[in-house]
Amino acid sequence: MTTQAETHTQIAAEVAGLKVNALQDGSGPNIVVLHHSTGSPGWIPFYDHLAENHTVTVMDMPGYGQSERPAWARHPRDIAIMLHSAIHKMGIDTDAHLLGLGFGGWVAAELASMHLHGLDSLILVGAAGVQPEEGEIADVIFYEFEEYVKLGFSSDEAYAEVFGDEAAPELKELWDFSREMTARLTWKPWMFNRQLPHLLSEVETPTLLLWGENDRVTPLGVAEVYDASLPNSTLQVLDGLGHLVELESPQAAADAVSAFIAGL
Amino acid sequence: MFIGYFTERPYQDFESGWVGATGREIEDLGMTNGDYDPRIGAELYNRYLDEKVYAEEMGFDGLMLNEHHSTPFCMGGVMNVEAAILARITKRAKIVLLGNVLPIWEDPLWLAEELAEIDMISRGRLVTGWVRGTGRESVAHNSQAPFNWERFQEAHDFVVKAWSTPGPFRWEGEHYQYRYVNPWARPYQEPHPQIWIPGVMSRNTVKWCAEHRYPYVMLATEIEPTKQSFDYYDEVARENGYEASTEHHGYLFKVHVDETEELAEEAGRKYISGPANPFLEGNQGTVRSNLQNLPGLTSRTQLLPTVSTFAAAARGRQAERDAALAEKEAEQDKVDADAFGTYEEQVNKYSIITGTPDTVIPKIRHVLEELRPGNIFFWDGDGAMNHEDAMRSLRLFGEEVIPAVREMGKELDLKGAFEVNTLTGDPMSGD
Repeated sequence: MTTQAETHTQIAAEVAGLKVNALQDGSGPNIVVLHHSTGSPGWIPFYDHLAENHTVTVMDMPGYGQSERPAWARHPRDIAIMLHSAIHKMGIDTDAHLLGLGFGGWVAAELASMHLHGLDSLILVGAAGVQPEEGEIADVIFYEFEEYVKLGFSSDEAYAEVFGDEAAPELKELWDFSREMTARLTWKPWMFNRQLPHLLSEVETPTLLLWGENDRVTPLGVAEVYDASLPNSTLQVLDGLGHLVELESPQAAADAVSAFIAGL
Repeated sequence: MFIGYFTERPYQDFESGWVGATGREIEDLGMTNGDYDPRIGAELYNRYLDEKVYAEEMGFDGLMLNEHHSTPFCMGGVMNVEAAILARITKRAKIVLLGNVLPIWEDPLWLAEELAEIDMISRGRLVTGWVRGTGRESVAHNSQAPFNWERFQEAHDFVVKAWSTPGPFRWEGEHYQYRYVNPWARPYQEPHPQIWIPGVMSRNTVKWCAEHRYPYVMLATEIEPTKQSFDYYDEVARENGYEASTEHHGYLFKVHVDETEELAEEAGRKYISGPANPFLEGNQGTVRSNLQNLPGLTSRTQLLPTVSTFAAAARGRQAERDAALAEKEAEQDKVDADAFGTYEEQVNKYSIITGTPDTVIPKIRHVLEELRPGNIFFWDGDGAMNHEDAMRSLRLFGEEVIPAVREMGKELDLKGAFEVNTLTGDPMSGD
């Protein structure tokens, strides 16, 4: 298997004695991306679109992919604190937009609550992290992990468009590997932090809440709680899409992000 | 030789469609307790206790209980309650718990107290045993799967210390914290009850068990893999400076005895009908593999070998994947057929032994010669077997089978964990 290192730059920083890895490409203001609970599948078309006008840095969060495991970490906040250091050491913490996908959105929201200096905006895409008033965030343990990823699309057909009828072994290995780290960080309660809405009330950072209309993993009610908690947020719903909007419709998702950043 | 009796205590509702091949789907964690009838539960709990009392009368050395959660195949969700009752209503037999699911206990001090009470009420007849539990148990009590093995080990260390070190002391562990450990109830046995570890194939557990010199009880596994696990135990024992022997090896296997061969076959077939244990072979239930394979229950600590390449991994490989999928499905069909062996296949490979005493005794001898366990448990009265099936078998065990097996044990020199101290190798008196 070839690696992205041929076309994208691998960068790394050491935090708490552990290597934190990232892929980087493009030029312009920084967009720092935090991946889903299923790990970073490498460089996806969504990033190419963003990289047309930005320096896009896709982190492997600590314990995922090529970043070493902090065996002591017990909460997404631990990961947020580590990433706070990592993006500073990588020199991408100024003129920066922080973009979190799903579980990575939760980590991004925790990080934003630490009042990161130089953070120009926060973009939460189908983010976990807060409890919806109605419904539940989908529970991974009741699904075969491929079925869980399928749940992230608006339909099985949309999944097959991206991954084929059955995902490649490398991806399944990534998902299986990643969900263990996720299970070390969130379990009770599953996928949210009761403290977070209170802390977010102090976050002035302009925030885009980007959601698929048919998100079956983090239902729209999660976005509504974020919207009510954050003083400076905008909710944008993408018609017909599921949880993984960046995979299901990379261009539409990237356009929404670019338009939001351009409008700041 | 130590000879014990075991039934998994299935919930049997003959009206529900869960007993016998009635076509109703039996799916692990897929059955609602809205269908549960406490009146049936009441009859069954009392029946299973009565059968244990009779098993003691028939000469069994041990009465084994086990624990599972949110499932109809085992009613022992709170096994310690049954054990406490047996402690009071039986006189001689050991009460063997195989075992409490340590990692799901949020407060193992409470477990230490419960077990100490059972040991005292029984005047020192408790054998305690501990397991990690299946994914089902972690789901039912929402125990964080990636820390299952760590919690097992820490809870073990903690309970043993709470039993054997005069308090008060403080415990600030990774998963358990106590500011005042001083349980007023201490075990009757000094320093504490014997600890036996049941299991199937986990090498981690076998290794840990051998390092602690605890008897390892294989649960109805096939003969060849059972031998391999005992060999591995013995290998770890040697690495730890001692020779393991029969007292360190335990084996649970299905044996039903009956008055005629016809009755024996009729009852034997009931092992695999109804909500018998769905993660053991030959049953009619469906296991949900994702619940048995929870994230982190088996740890993957290494880094991923390579950076995943989305372009290569996600697209342009459909034909290749289709071919691989077809091959995999064919393989899976074969695995399924093997896993759900027919009744006849299970009889042929000694997974189910059933017959009159005359036909059963030579088969038990074969198993004992092959595996040389010093501690055995006959698993009977399960699946769709009713009280009469269980009682006929127990009577014949007492009249004919147990005496014969005791003779075999002497002849084959199969000493159990109450004849030789597994921790020291010294002979034990009494019992």
